Amino acid sequence: MSDLELLERDIRAAIDGASDEAAIETVRVAALGKKGSVSDLLKGLGAMTPDERKVMGPALNGLRDRVSEALLARRATLKEAGLAARLASEAVDVTLPLRASPLEQGRIHPISQVIDEITAIFGDLGFAVAEGPDIETDDYNFTALNFPVGHPAREMHDTFFFNPDEQGERLLLRTHTSPVQMRTMQTQKPPIRIIAPGRTYRNDSDQTHTPMFHQVEGLVIDTSSHIGHLKWLLEEFCRAFFEVEKVEMRMRPSFFPFTEPSMEVDIRCKRVGNEVRFGEGDDWLEILGCGMVHPNVIRFAGLDPDVYQGFAFGMGIDRIAMLKYGMPDLRAFFDADQRWLNHYGFRPLDLPALVGGLSS
Amino acid sequence: MKFTLSWLKEHLETTASLDEITDALTRVGLEVESVEDKAKLLAPFTIAYVVSAVQHPNADRLRVCMVDTGSGDPVQVVCGAPNAHTGMKSVFSPAGTYIPGKDITLTVGTIRGVESHGMLCSAAELELSEDHDGIIELPADAPVGMAYAEYAGLGDPVIDIAITPNRPDCLGIHGVARDLAAAGLGQLKDRSVAPVEGKFPSPVDVKFEFGDTPALTPAFALRLVRGVKNGPSSEWMQRQLRAIGLRPINALVDITNFLTIDRNRPLHVFDAAKVTGDLTVRRAKEGESLLALDGKTYALDPSIVVISDDKGIESLGGIMGGEASGCDENTVDVLIESALWEPLNIAQTGRKLGINSDARYRFERGVDPAFMLPGLELATRLVQELCGGEASEIVVTGTVPEPHLTIAFPIAEVKRLAGIDPTEDEIRQVLTALGFQVSGNAPSLTVGVPSWRPDVDGKADLVEEVMRILGVDRVPSTPLPKSDNVSKPVLTLAQTRTRRSKRALAARGLVEAVTWSFVAKSVAEAFGGGKPELALANPIAADLSDMRPSLLPGLLQAAQRNADRGVADLALFEVGQIFRGTKPSDQLTAATGIRRLSATVNGAGRHWQGKAPAVSVYDAKADALALLDALGAPVDKFQIVAGAPAWFHPGRSGTIQLGPQNIIGWFGELHPSVLEALDVSGPLVGFEIILDAIPAPRARPTKTKPPLELVPYQPVTRDFAFVVDRKIEAAKLVKAAQGADKVLISNVSVFDVFEGASLGADKKSIAIEVTLRPTQKTLTDEEIDAVAAKIVAQVGKATQGVLRS
Repeated sequence: MSDLELLERDIRAAIDGASDEAAIETVRVAALGKKGSVSDLLKGLGAMTPDERKVMGPALNGLRDRVSEALLARRATLKEAGLAARLASEAVDVTLPLRASPLEQGRIHPISQVIDEITAIFGDLGFAVAEGPDIETDDYNFTALNFPVGHPAREMHDTFFFNPDEQGERLLLRTHTSPVQMRTMQTQKPPIRIIAPGRTYRNDSDQTHTPMFHQVEGLVIDTSSHIGHLKWLLEEFCRAFFEVEKVEMRMRPSFFPFTEPSMEVDIRCKRVGNEVRFGEGDDWLEILGCGMVHPNVIRFAGLDPDVYQGFAFGMGIDRIAMLKYGMPDLRAFFDADQRWLNHYGFRPLDLPALVGGLSS
Repeated sequence: MKFTLSWLKEHLETTASLDEITDALTRVGLEVESVEDKAKLLAPFTIAYVVSAVQHPNADRLRVCMVDTGSGDPVQVVCGAPNAHTGMKSVFSPAGTYIPGKDITLTVGTIRGVESHGMLCSAAELELSEDHDGIIELPADAPVGMAYAEYAGLGDPVIDIAITPNRPDCLGIHGVARDLAAAGLGQLKDRSVAPVEGKFPSPVDVKFEFGDTPALTPAFALRLVRGVKNGPSSEWMQRQLRAIGLRPINALVDITNFLTIDRNRPLHVFDAAKVTGDLTVRRAKEGESLLALDGKTYALDPSIVVISDDKGIESLGGIMGGEASGCDENTVDVLIESALWEPLNIAQTGRKLGINSDARYRFERGVDPAFMLPGLELATRLVQELCGGEASEIVVTGTVPEPHLTIAFPIAEVKRLAGIDPTEDEIRQVLTALGFQVSGNAPSLTVGVPSWRPDVDGKADLVEEVMRILGVDRVPSTPLPKSDNVSKPVLTLAQTRTRRSKRALAARGLVEAVTWSFVAKSVAEAFGGGKPELALANPIAADLSDMRPSLLPGLLQAAQRNADRGVADLALFEVGQIFRGTKPSDQLTAATGIRRLSATVNGAGRHWQGKAPAVSVYDAKADALALLDALGAPVDKFQIVAGAPAWFHPGRSGTIQLGPQNIIGWFGELHPSVLEALDVSGPLVGFEIILDAIPAPRARPTKTKPPLELVPYQPVTRDFAFVVDRKIEAAKLVKAAQGADKVLISNVSVFDVFEGASLGADKKSIAIEVTLRPTQKTLTDEEIDAVAAKIVAQVGKATQGVLRS
């Protein structure tokens, strides 16, 4: 074995034996540094004869290049191993649980969500959202809606009253959202298309009745809308709201003082556990009351019932929320039980819109 | 209203099945609430003969019976009834039968080693009575194998329908039959009444004495039937009354109840022997009272119409008779009253006295005035049939109002309002079948309204009649014309704010609650409310008596309920109405939130990354300001002023305002005394923003945002720490610093607040970081030093603060 071969073997052994970047640097300096073993040999080239140089030049340069390469390779390996060791030492337990973000914790009450859903559907059909006060006059709540004074239909409303004032007038809490019909007709010119969601009150309390609940009123006044339109609108609404392909509706003649003809609407459904499936089964579930606005009501609003006509409908928001989302008990809506709200409530960014599906 | 199928068929000639009838009832607007069909329910229960009943070999109290069911070999049944004995007839149900009284389905079983193939039943097991004492024992002639329900006359289904207040005519079965006949379910039977000739003048006369007050009865008819024998009424009548839940009493009383249901004609019968002199119909006098048939004594006043004789009041007109002149088995001469009353007056009296009688229910809705006399004749006939006797002539006082309403009915109204297009003939047929007098021809009919339809007074009512009888399902679904344009926004500013508030607060981790609009009076008072005009006259409960002046109490109480259930860290909000007065403009919309214990925006409770601190006034402030920012309110223009209304901690609360007259809302820790009064425990912080108080954004012609100018020069920051009096508000110091150079200073933030003995008593240090953003060129050190000196000077001037050494 030549000296060069011996030298190369020694250097390679030193490179392989270097255990960190500092050691490799020492090896590099010892071989390729200014006074390194290979550098020294290279320096000797100048003193050689051309013939010697012809042989030794390529041999030494070759040695230098191989040593450099081996140093680089070893250095890279050591660096990688060093990094790997550091990273290994930095490992953390990623299974540790984190706090829920506010977006995960916040909830929208089902009533707000359902009102937004209803608004999205009717907004698409050109219905504006109208409002009226919770504290109403007897006139707006009853008389102007064609409830004669003393009529038994008034008594069926279980009204909350305030104490009479000096003139003997007593205000009340609206028993339905229908006063908004009159307030709207008195302030807007037809054509009118509105919905009016809001709180309503009746002095009644059991599993299906609470003294405060929510209704949405609908009103269309123009010169041509009739029960056929009403039927279509309600079918479309139910289909869109319950997010089903098809609903089967049954309209039953009924009575409300402020509509004539009046009807109640049932939808065909089947109860499976706590679910209500629409469009199948043999049960009929009453969901709303409706009818053509009574000529007297149109007249009270200052319009001519032979020219203007239209329809109105009203339904319980809490009730349709229960049907769609399966809450078993109305009273829980107003109990603010965090567990209930967390379960039945909606996430802050669940924004109902027709383009993306109401609830998806 | 309840009636049996057989009773209905007294008025309707029909071959329709029960299902067809109930479907039709609902279809025409007489909603079927329930149908009780015992024949169907009890079909498997048959009459059987007990061939033998012997002691069970292994049980003292059981017997093994061989039962002849009328088909095939006798069946072996193990029976535990003490009265089971050889040779009896009873009711048998085979294996596979559903037993309603036990809510089980029978199976073939082995009872103590003996097989049993069915059951002999008690009345309780059939849900016919409470009688558990033994199995039903039937007379010896009961036909074996016959359905028991049929044998016992239980085969008559009972239909219960809901009658809307506009249809008093259907509070009589005859009216229901008329609707069904019009709907094509059969023929309405002619049940008109032939008068009964009076054999003698009525010995009792009737006078109206209303003085110069309005008469409360339009007409009153009376007749005497003498020599009656008042025993039980007929089997049939008793069965009908019992089937609908009325207790048969005696023939005379049963007849009045029967006609109430049969014809919507309430009547009253007086025992003539207990009536002294003539009858007077008048207003009660103050202080008078009556012991009525329900056994209660009612105090009366002049708003109430009564019937009195020479002794005093005998009956409450149209509502209930008096105990003293009631008929019993000793009655020999009976006075039958058939009268008309003022519906409104009856309703008021009924309400005032709290009496819900069948008579009141009908008179306040409206009975057929034209049937006053026929009703009396029919009653006379029934009395004579069941009790014998001789009738007097009829005394009529007052006048029965004649029906006079005719409606001009352009038949195009049906199409206009209902969207269906029936022929003139169809319309005519429907109306005629319902008893309307139709004359004239299209385009406009003249329609006379029958006396029994007080609800019909215009064209729209006739459209309803036509539509409901022809069937609402005939109305074709017709698309509502949609706008040709893209939908415009429909929500008002207030509505948008309400919606956005909810999303913004939920996005901060608060959970939306909906709480009652009413609170207890003391609670309303504690939160700035409690005005007498906002107190309900008839609250449903004492703690739900006053309209809420704030959403805070509802949320605070909800927080406590949750804490009691183990949810102690809780952030709740509500966006809803609050009431400052009774006018519509006094109803405001508030967005309110609370945080309890350690429910901060970043989480609650203990955690390996660090325990959440107890909530503080600053958490509430952050919620309030984040909400205002989400609503696009001009937050930088709002002032934050120390202090808030009395329900907040005086030193840890603030008011957000645009000047003292324009308060946007409050935030802070809740006052401990208020929490104590509510029986609520903290720590609790909250805020309330009045959405209506936020100024509306200025209307602008375009949606363009102001241009953004980005400068290429490096911003520079400098820190300053000032020692100021403890009372100095940070906002004042920040404002002074900001004012030092309005062009260069782009931001001032407080990064440290420190109080300590080293600063001296009542002193604190506030450290700020000031950002200078050059707009023209990079700043030189001299320029920076000049601004710094100005900042120190301005802060010194405004706060007497000095740089901390």
